[in-house]
Amino acid sequence: MKFHAFHLMPYRHLDMAEAGKYRSYWSVLPNRLYDSAQGAELYQEYIDQLVLAATLGFDGVCVNEHHQTAYGLMPAPNLVASILIDRTRGMSTRIPIIGRALPLLNNPLAVAEEYAMLDALSHGRIVAGFVRGIGCEYHASGVNPIYSHDRFHEAHDLIIRAWTEPGPFEFEGEQYNFKYVNTWPRPMQRPHPPVWIPSQGSAETIEWAADPKRKYPFIITFSPIESVLRFHELYRQQARKFGYEADGSQLGWAVPIYVAETDEIAIRESEQHIEALFNNFLYMPLEMLLPPGYTSIASLKAILATKKGMTTTKQTMKDILAKGTFAVGSPETVRRKIEEAHAKSGFKVLVCMIQFGTLPDALVRKSTELFAKEVMPKLRHLGEGAAAEAAE
Amino acid sequence: MTAPKSEHLAILGARIHLRRAGTGAPLLFLHGAGGVPVWLPFFDQLSERFELLVPDHPGFGASDAPPWLKNIGDAALYYLDLLEALRLDAVHLVGSSLGGWIAAEAAVRNCAPFRTMTLISPAGLRVAGVPAGDPFLWSPEEHARNLYHDQSFAERMIATPLTPELADLQIKNRFAFARLAWQPRLYNPDLERWLHRIKAPVQLVWGNEDKLLPAAYAQAWMKKLPKARLLPIPACGHLPHVERPDQVVSAIRSFIRETAP
Repeated sequence: MKFHAFHLMPYRHLDMAEAGKYRSYWSVLPNRLYDSAQGAELYQEYIDQLVLAATLGFDGVCVNEHHQTAYGLMPAPNLVASILIDRTRGMSTRIPIIGRALPLLNNPLAVAEEYAMLDALSHGRIVAGFVRGIGCEYHASGVNPIYSHDRFHEAHDLIIRAWTEPGPFEFEGEQYNFKYVNTWPRPMQRPHPPVWIPSQGSAETIEWAADPKRKYPFIITFSPIESVLRFHELYRQQARKFGYEADGSQLGWAVPIYVAETDEIAIRESEQHIEALFNNFLYMPLEMLLPPGYTSIASLKAILATKKGMTTTKQTMKDILAKGTFAVGSPETVRRKIEEAHAKSGFKVLVCMIQFGTLPDALVRKSTELFAKEVMPKLRHLGEGAAAEAAE
Repeated sequence: MTAPKSEHLAILGARIHLRRAGTGAPLLFLHGAGGVPVWLPFFDQLSERFELLVPDHPGFGASDAPPWLKNIGDAALYYLDLLEALRLDAVHLVGSSLGGWIAAEAAVRNCAPFRTMTLISPAGLRVAGVPAGDPFLWSPEEHARNLYHDQSFAERMIATPLTPELADLQIKNRFAFARLAWQPRLYNPDLERWLHRIKAPVQLVWGNEDKLLPAAYAQAWMKKLPKARLLPIPACGHLPHVERPDQVVSAIRSFIRETAP
């Protein structure tokens, strides 16, 4: 199993009483609530946390993109990726950017160029994540959500072609048109950097990612463990339909993780911070979460029928624990939770959100160290074959 | 009053739902973003004097959602096709909100089929410094409250049970609305440059308490259409034909009588 440390870089100093007066922490939250000096310190703190994870032996350190929100201060994740690349120079740490929100861009070639630069700067250590962005980001960017899927697929195809086909060539699409596609530099990894597809899960995306042409790792983010396992199973079934057996390296689970000395301490120390993540930072009403076209009409009806969509309902620590959206406890407990999930789905990519909500620096460092020293070594062998299991 | 006759027309490969009522000079009504989920008293009153045609826009109501419908210009040109298909070369045009915007976009392309135009709080223009409301951000309850000045209309809308059919219709209309009006939100920056091409007599009807498109938007239309007549309606929201049907119908009738007898 591979372990990756992931950060959203939330604005954790937010005045939450004041922020609570607005309908969401996304797009409509006035940016006067952001203090520039505190923000500058947070970037340093968060980058140091990811570097700590790299030095503790995580296989990768991940960044991602969000806009107009206290939930995450990385509208341009490649800037942070480039710092991480330099801070981990000489190490084998991967730098997954999970990911750039392709439909929000009017020029997807910028992603082809920037990822190619990062790949060169890192000597081939990046992972190219592609996402559609959160529904609310169609408010933030103005991009019409009706064309979200079309733009995602077309931008993806364009980027892959820009990396793999000799340029210059002409690209005539429905969403994007370029007389000249001729990306300089080209990426270092051939034929192109590995692609990951982080998602909250949808049958259409699974079918697309599992296609033998792509076989992209599918990373289920911040979902109840049952959904994570169900989507992993759907991916495996889809792969079988395509005539191959999916490898565990194609299945990922992105989950907030908190480890402390005992279960009781872990829950006590993390409670308010994880609730802040789900109930405050991630909360948005349906109109923001699912703008028209972000999902198909059929999917939207299905979501409305099941009242799924954790970001539109408030939940307590008890709910969060019951759903298994959070891996929290003593090293022993967290190890067991991951082992149990692995036993059911065989996933081999674990994306650990080491900081969440308002979790302060000292606790992030303590938890990350405990995880790296007391959990990770005992799980490394998972999915790595009989030899690895015997060695354990 | 008689119930409207409902039919489907095939135009440009899409089946379009059209309701007709009454006899007289033809009058085409273009609905707003909410579509026509119920036949309004306003329609009954208009059909007393006119042959009223109320289509569901492509993508809305019981009409197909054709793949070629990508922007407001497609909707406008589609209506010019529809009029040709129906052999209607002299109609009175009435449009509300999104429908008023489509009406103006059609008329700048070809104004010949339009004898008069009554635009009821049309979308389509922007007014710097006067933000329009954002119906894509409003919850269903805010939506109801912000559309009407007389809150008893809002209360009725909120209290109306959401049947599965109505819920489906609302989702369909919302998707079609986003297709046409998400970005730029509720306007076309190019439209104001071409409004002078509208040669038909124009009447604007605007609720003074409109929370979606504030009354300042009426002045922006008047600036570009200096010969137009403006009927401001006090104590009225975004849908004057629903809140004040008598007043709006009588304004349409007298405008038509005076400008296109």
